[in-house]
Amino acid sequence: MQKVYNKILSVTGNVITVKAEGVSYEELAEISISRGKSLAQVIKLDRDIVSLQVFAGSQGISTNDEVRFLGNPMRVTFSDDMLGRIFNGSGIPRDKGPSLSENMIEIAGPSVNPAKRIIPRNMIRTNIPMIDVFNSLVVSQKLPIFSVSGEPYNELLARIALQAEVDMIILGGIGLKYDQYMYFKNTLEEGGALSRSIFFIHTASDPIVEGLMVPDLCLAVAEKFALNGKNVLVLLTDMTNFADALKEIAITMEQVPSNRGYPGDLYSQLAARYEKAVDFDDAGSVTVLAVTTMPGDDVTHPVPDNTGYITEGQFYLRNGRIEPFGSLSRLKQQVNDKTRDDHRAIMDGMIQLYAQYNETEEKRAMGFRMSDWDKKLLKYGKLFEDRMMNLKVNISLEEALDRGWETLAECFTPDETGFRTELVKKFWPKSVQNEVEKKDQPSGETDKDAKETDAVSESEETSADKKNTTEPSEEDAETGQIKETEAESGEPVKKPSASKKKKPKKEKRGKRPKKS
Amino acid sequence: MNKTKGTIIGINGNMISVEFEGNIIQNEVGYAITGDDRLKSEVVKIRGNIAYMQVFEITKGLKIGDAVEFSGEMLSVQLGPGLLGMVYDGLQNPLNELAALHGFFLKRGVVLDALDFKQKWEFTPAVKKGDPVRAASVLGTVPEGIFDHKIFVPFHLQGEFKVVSIVEKGNYTVTDTIATIENDRGEKHELCMYFEWPVKLPIEFYREKHLPTEPLVTQTRIIDTFFPVAKGGTYCIPGPFGAGKTVLQQVTSRFAEADIVIIAACGERAGEVVETLREFPEITDPRTGKSLMERTIIICNTSSMPVAAREASVYTAATLGEYYRQMGLDVLLLADSTSRWAQAMRELSGRLEEIPGEEAFPAYLESRIAQFYERAGLVEFEDGNFGSLTIGGTVSPAGGNFEEPVTQSTLKVVGAFHGLSRDRSNARRYPAIDPLDSWSKYESFIENKQIEYARDILRKGHDVHQMMLVVGEEGTSIEDFSIYLKSEFLDNVYLQQNSFDSVDGATSPERQKYVFNFVYNVLFRKFDFKEKDTARNFFNKLRQLFIDWNYIDMKDEEFKQQEAKISDLIEGEATEKNSTEKKEKAETESENKDEKKMEKGESKNAVEAPEKMQEKAKPDEKNSPENEEKPNRPDQRKPPEEKKGEE
Repeated sequence: MQKVYNKILSVTGNVITVKAEGVSYEELAEISISRGKSLAQVIKLDRDIVSLQVFAGSQGISTNDEVRFLGNPMRVTFSDDMLGRIFNGSGIPRDKGPSLSENMIEIAGPSVNPAKRIIPRNMIRTNIPMIDVFNSLVVSQKLPIFSVSGEPYNELLARIALQAEVDMIILGGIGLKYDQYMYFKNTLEEGGALSRSIFFIHTASDPIVEGLMVPDLCLAVAEKFALNGKNVLVLLTDMTNFADALKEIAITMEQVPSNRGYPGDLYSQLAARYEKAVDFDDAGSVTVLAVTTMPGDDVTHPVPDNTGYITEGQFYLRNGRIEPFGSLSRLKQQVNDKTRDDHRAIMDGMIQLYAQYNETEEKRAMGFRMSDWDKKLLKYGKLFEDRMMNLKVNISLEEALDRGWETLAECFTPDETGFRTELVKKFWPKSVQNEVEKKDQPSGETDKDAKETDAVSESEETSADKKNTTEPSEEDAETGQIKETEAESGEPVKKPSASKKKKPKKEKRGKRPKKS
Repeated sequence: MNKTKGTIIGINGNMISVEFEGNIIQNEVGYAITGDDRLKSEVVKIRGNIAYMQVFEITKGLKIGDAVEFSGEMLSVQLGPGLLGMVYDGLQNPLNELAALHGFFLKRGVVLDALDFKQKWEFTPAVKKGDPVRAASVLGTVPEGIFDHKIFVPFHLQGEFKVVSIVEKGNYTVTDTIATIENDRGEKHELCMYFEWPVKLPIEFYREKHLPTEPLVTQTRIIDTFFPVAKGGTYCIPGPFGAGKTVLQQVTSRFAEADIVIIAACGERAGEVVETLREFPEITDPRTGKSLMERTIIICNTSSMPVAAREASVYTAATLGEYYRQMGLDVLLLADSTSRWAQAMRELSGRLEEIPGEEAFPAYLESRIAQFYERAGLVEFEDGNFGSLTIGGTVSPAGGNFEEPVTQSTLKVVGAFHGLSRDRSNARRYPAIDPLDSWSKYESFIENKQIEYARDILRKGHDVHQMMLVVGEEGTSIEDFSIYLKSEFLDNVYLQQNSFDSVDGATSPERQKYVFNFVYNVLFRKFDFKEKDTARNFFNKLRQLFIDWNYIDMKDEEFKQQEAKISDLIEGEATEKNSTEKKEKAETESENKDEKKMEKGESKNAVEAPEKMQEKAKPDEKNSPENEEKPNRPDQRKPPEEKKGEE
């Protein structure tokens, strides 16, 4: 039986209280406000005083508005009909399609028994070298993308959504700007991925409380699909907004704040969501990628800090690139020994050299003398940034590894890189190997070598790469002047994109048939 | 005791307030009944006829007016044979059994027996009729894995008793009566092989608690040599995320020379526990030849499991640890992470609307932490035997800043501090224990004087490096520069350790003594370098040889050969310093050897853990003087700032 109450006792923030009986904890209620109906959820019971958080916000609530308890906690529909559909933070369609109300499942269910979990073993390919090669994404992993506002994190998510090797995508937008929402929608539509996606979108203009439900909705649906054998990738953006919504409610409820106003259970709240990532032994899996913007680029801010303790690594998105040093996939060791012999060697070797490049760059900035080795490093660093770190680069893992060897060969002799002899024998590009060994090069000649390498490499890349190699190495000649390099490094980043734009489609065409 | 009943009058998160009639006990367990579910809860505060209880489950669906049944017992664990090798949640529910019954998810309201009541154990009595006994007297033993599991008179029985009857040697289940005892008032107790004990009360049935002196060998060099842990001692590992706390704990749980290891995964990632869960049964314990799981108990309350049970889980672990200590065993309890436990207390405290202390942690945080660590100890029993419980807890300070309440309260009570540093982990210098900040109050098996000298070199080397960052290598004197190289050498070959390598991952005390002595001689020796490049080349070579040496089993013949090579290199440097020609020759020779070794060493690493092996895979760094100091310097927060600086 549904009970109706029409005496609202208090309205504080987005929380209202009513006097009611027989209400259960976390039960849903529907409030008829003059401007329409809104859902609300019980968040506290004190004898017959019931506190509810109102999803639509409390603006315009009258003390005699009708509150009707629905007798069930928050639920969401679950069926294959959801694919390609867009819902809001209350689970109601926002795409003008028919409403779905069959087969309702409860959200925020119990957690998975650790004894039933398995050690992750499968990689998810994304065709982004900084992920595939250096920090592989693994099925059942939970990874945040730490980023500053203004970074292209949503673009990155959209690309991953298009290219990741998974059965379906669930996108949860929390406090998403409307144009970003449209961007996701259009991008996935154009890429033909909308039909395997489900959106739960809470935009920045929607009431803040509604955003609180988005992660739970996404993950409950994802979990169900996973139990039905699907490999689901859940993309959440932006979890900082989720944490802020938690903060707002906590403060309204007069909870003692712990750190910068966030409630003391922030860790548990975030963990309850992230830990939904799972690989079921004989069914599907849930993988979670969540954007966490860092206010003020401060990783010690409570949200990224707590997130870092929960997740299995993190990607740092900085200056439009996935930063190789802070970024870490804790699970990569489980999968990157099964890809190709040289995967781990390239992963470590290239990063170490890039680290050395960074130091050389620092030294150069301080005006130290540049040795031949330093010059080689400078050349290498630029190439690495253009060919690997650039987010526009869109190549398979194998291609990326090959490209890694080419880049190394252009800059160094095999023994300078410290790779194992057997790997060098197997993978070091042959023509370049000889070239480099013949003449221990002054930088001018290296360029020639570089061009020759490119000739060996895929023709499609050649033109772009030539440009890139020449530009930075010219810079190398004039030491100092770090500012210039930096200013220009923005440039070459963009150039290859033109020539590579064709690639994603080609990739996908190649891949799809294989899968189906 | 009468079972009291109550009704729910308030619900706020996992805290319920319950109106009751009759008497209840603080920390008493009660069950909130909703539909068919019985949700286990614990009384945490009593005011008038209202009890505040934390529910160990999700409270969704509870209603005002729902009934609560009190059990009359405090939150307890079952103690008896069959605990080893088990995987429990924070309330001692066996997770494998839960999985068998309920599948993928942790069903709400399920409570299972911790012990297998059907399994039979071979009981050998140790007392006979008429013997005087008291709580914690040994009635007999059963073999459990490689240990003799002692069957005690239950700890909660007070006073003196006499054995009235005791069963013959034979096979019994834990619920079979094995003895009857009687006190002088004629009260009889029938005893079986298991009993319950409240988790929040320490088990203190010993004659005396001693000062911990004997080292607990972890086989991690930087710990055993520089910051040792003693049997019965306590230590903590604070560190920011990603610094390797959990890996360090996992390594310790594998290699530590304790009889029993209890792992309390408290509020951390489920994935990490799974690795232990799945891998331990496969790994053979080198000391016993049996699977590692047979000496391990895992208490696993991961971050998404209910918070209140997380609070209980460290107590559960400590109680099991004390129980096995009572048998005269050396027990190591690893709690990962105590910060999550503290946070659970904070959540609870917030819901109780207590006046908050620093960072909203409750005011009693410090005393609770102290009480927990104080449960560790080296104790002597009435029969003169010794047992120990060592507690090592990780701390996850917010933002990696050690100036926060949990870290600070912990530092006050522990005997050793292994602080992990972000800089070291970014530079892939594992284990990332900071050799300058960390400390230990326990004695190492290596002479104190040598250690002090080595630490001094580290400090000076650090200073020199700081200076070099400002004035550059050119402005550094050759003496300072060689101190810097020495400190780097010590760091590279001794402090760092590849925990994934079968040989380097675990270094026995004998080997540590042997190798450290060697390292010490290098540190102590005065080298007379003419040029910095010569010095660097020398140390690069030495380092390479040494690292290779670390990968050779001490029993192999190669071990001595490699040692000879190292000695040659050192002697060569010392004696031939005036003859440049000869020296060059010697250098090229060892360079060749070097290369061979590098290949070999590397192939080993790349399979095991390429990431950790930075140092080995490094190219010859003639031209990049600083890169060995901070290979991954630009940590995630730094680069933009630095660039700004450059402009």
